[in-house]
Amino acid sequence: MLRKLIHNRIVRRVASMIGTLLGVAVFVFIMLRAIPGDQITAGLGTEAAALSPAQQEALQRYYGLDQPLFTQFFSWLGNLFTGNLGYSARAQQSVLDLTLRSLPVTFELAVLSIILALLIGIPLGMLAASKPDSGRDAFGQFVSLAGLSVPAFLLATTLLSVFASSFGFNPNGQGYATLAGDPLLNLRQMLMPAIVLGFGIAAPILRTTRTAVLEIRSDDFVRTARAKGVPARRLQTKHVLGNALVPIVTMTGLQFGYLLGGAVVVEQIFSVPGIGRQVLLGIQQKEYAVVQSTVLVIALTFVIVNLLTDLLYRVIDPRVRAS
Amino acid sequence: MTDIARTAQLPPGTRKGGHRLRSLLRSPSGLTGLIIIVVLAIVSLSSFFHVLPYDPIAQNPPARLLPPSAGHLLGTDQFGRDIFSRVAAGVAGSALISVVAVAFSAVIGTMGGLVAGFYRGFADGVIGGVTNVLFAFPPLLLALSLASVFDRNWFTVAVAIAIVYVPIFIRVTRGPVLSLREIEYVKAATSTGQSQWMIMMRHVLPNITSIIIIQVALSLSWAVLTEASLSFLGLGTPPPSPSLGSMIFEARTLVSIAPWTMIAPGVVVVLLVAGLNLLGDGLRDTLDPRNRGKR
Repeated sequence: MLRKLIHNRIVRRVASMIGTLLGVAVFVFIMLRAIPGDQITAGLGTEAAALSPAQQEALQRYYGLDQPLFTQFFSWLGNLFTGNLGYSARAQQSVLDLTLRSLPVTFELAVLSIILALLIGIPLGMLAASKPDSGRDAFGQFVSLAGLSVPAFLLATTLLSVFASSFGFNPNGQGYATLAGDPLLNLRQMLMPAIVLGFGIAAPILRTTRTAVLEIRSDDFVRTARAKGVPARRLQTKHVLGNALVPIVTMTGLQFGYLLGGAVVVEQIFSVPGIGRQVLLGIQQKEYAVVQSTVLVIALTFVIVNLLTDLLYRVIDPRVRAS
Repeated sequence: MTDIARTAQLPPGTRKGGHRLRSLLRSPSGLTGLIIIVVLAIVSLSSFFHVLPYDPIAQNPPARLLPPSAGHLLGTDQFGRDIFSRVAAGVAGSALISVVAVAFSAVIGTMGGLVAGFYRGFADGVIGGVTNVLFAFPPLLLALSLASVFDRNWFTVAVAIAIVYVPIFIRVTRGPVLSLREIEYVKAATSTGQSQWMIMMRHVLPNITSIIIIQVALSLSWAVLTEASLSFLGLGTPPPSPSLGSMIFEARTLVSIAPWTMIAPGVVVVLLVAGLNLLGDGLRDTLDPRNRGKR
């Protein structure tokens, strides 16, 4: 029984995930300890120099900085498990509260971007693959090259200035509206950021679709289906696309994970209060407790998304289930 | 081992340099990419040799926000600085950071992948663990957290970007090394008593160079994007040294009155990244044995 459990692929995957997360925690901890100065100097700025040795010591004891690094790490880790992610003095809120508000925002943005990316990437990828080395293939390749080469911040600032100055369309100029509070305004505010991110992600999805479709099209079973008289459209969607889904799902899952922290530039430009922006604000305001915990939350979400992608193959590809 | 014998044992598609270059030039994407990169390299080199028309950081208030003209090819910015000179210096800065970053990650990552794939066991476990940890962060987020840790200058930005791309090189090299170590001639070399290190350097490494070259071109394009994003966010090379990302950041409020302040650095950053991507695609078409005979 125990042996069977150890050999179960999912169990092993989860175990290695926990190991990775522990490594991530150590890495984040060390990284932020490497910053010159500590929370005291970061919080007080130049005023820290005016502290008497006794005050220094009292503050160090307050922040737990007089403890050995080892103890500091485990007390931080212990706090994390009880949901204590630290406190942001500037926002006057706990990091947990901040994260609970910003994570769903990024999540919504990521979902919308992925939907747009799939709507652009899959049809264009199939179109490009339908006739390799033709005009439509060149068009697909051009779109994917543009998606890979135009930086998100450039597209975002261009869209924002063109729409705001020429059409007076700038829903992001107002305060952020939550999805529950004002769904219509919220979606309008999410439109441009989702287009920018979706365009960037459409490129790898397009390329993956094209390669996968080209590969599967030359498989024997497709030829058989064609010979048997399966209509062209059905052949394309059911037989070819159905089998091309595994690489497409992998790529989509990977890109979804990237969006959780990679949306930071776009969130910043469009003032979307997502989790990437929370890290950026933490860095700019030197609130390292915020940065430390938020980065860890992002890594955790990223690893979980990857695990879910892995599990999803089993659903869509019976061969993976069998192996 | 004689040259002929060695060539015979290489995977198909990895032959002599001249042959590779010719097939790269025949691939449309490779040729386009190469031309773009060479032109941008020449323009940016002019900033190292001080032959730019203007000092990229010298302010000249009377000449501010001038549209493109014979005197200022790409116009001037809000401080009267010549945009052409700034873009050229910006490309040089971007290229310097990206090349140093990718060189670091290629060397460290390849060594990591070689050791992990060749020795397996404990070394593989440790290196694999580190790779997984670094892969658990979205790349831009990791780069910006790292960049915020160091005192900022061009070198620390390069190191931050390098750390992000190390795991990619580890993963890309480890797989092929795993299969190479099982090939007969590597086993034969082991039985002749050559040291493990020699075998790795002389028999395994030369067979993964194609993969590394392709990865270097693609990683360079990502590194340029990452560097530009960091400097856009104010976490890249500190001002006043020109950087494409910070030029676009400064231009965002001027677009409606002086669009050229954004167009020039914007077009150049897109060209630079697209050129590297095309070069990477061209290299993949010509060097990757899996792509031979198909497109």
